[in-house]
Amino acid sequence: MTYEAVVRVTLKEGVLDPEAKTIGKSLRRLGFDVDGVRTADEYVVEFDAADEEEARAEAEEMCESLLANPTIHDYTVEVR
Amino acid sequence: MTVAVLNFGGSNCDRDVVKALRRLEVPADVVWYKDEDRVADADAAVLPGGFSYGDYLRAGAMAARTPVMDRVRELVEEGAPVLGICNGAQILCEADVVQGAYAQNLSAKFQCEPARLRVETTDTPFTRELSEGDVIEVPIAHAEGRYVPDDLDALLDEDRVLFRYVDENGDATDEANPNGSVDNIAGVVGESRNVAAMMPHPERASHPLLGSDDGLDVLAGFDAADSE
Repeated sequence: MTYEAVVRVTLKEGVLDPEAKTIGKSLRRLGFDVDGVRTADEYVVEFDAADEEEARAEAEEMCESLLANPTIHDYTVEVR
Repeated sequence: MTVAVLNFGGSNCDRDVVKALRRLEVPADVVWYKDEDRVADADAAVLPGGFSYGDYLRAGAMAARTPVMDRVRELVEEGAPVLGICNGAQILCEADVVQGAYAQNLSAKFQCEPARLRVETTDTPFTRELSEGDVIEVPIAHAEGRYVPDDLDALLDEDRVLFRYVDENGDATDEANPNGSVDNIAGVVGESRNVAAMMPHPERASHPLLGSDDGLDVLAGFDAADSE
């Protein structure tokens, strides 16, 4: 069965995000009443797995070994 | 000692490092990353600056997972001097050869400017020509240079901070910190002290015509004649 894993990688709480801060400033300059902005990277990975559980485990391993850097990142995995 | 200066697709400071090492009469060659045997045969290695793999995913992330990094790990285990400069430092962090990660500069900009570095330990080949507390001028050139350690306490307890960014008085102030690095850290050594990662470019401070030749003191770590 072919699955699609949607991996979302964000900066860990406490790791400053200067890009998001700059975007927030720009939004406020445009008149939007914005309290905060956070950035994220999203990767959609397509692969075969026996079932959803296996697909999720595989995607999580991809995050641990490449897609995220555990020192500064958190990630979420959605399998479909 | 022959130093292999690795070239990944997108490395662009490799020839500068070779030139600087040759100024010190240290034999050095650019070695393509697929030429693993030549890396294995070398007595030391430099991972130079640049934009390996176009900084895809994260700076250094792709190069860190190439097979040649196993050869680099072996060199480190053998006790050979291994230095990662800028993108090379990012690669060593991504490969977990040294601890920590590099995040985007607090300015969110690419910064190319002179920096003052205070020597924090001399228990590594790369500062044995210097004394603790010495301040050297070596430029930085990066967009992702904000050092975030995995375990700051371990770095401090084991005296593994190599350089800190400091001001003209030699103080590690916020103003002297160009990128927001935790604790003003500009360079660290690994658990075995023969491997180091630093964001500033010693090869860009290797001749008086460049404004500083302080970087030669760092690269002198590869001069076998000076060791022991």
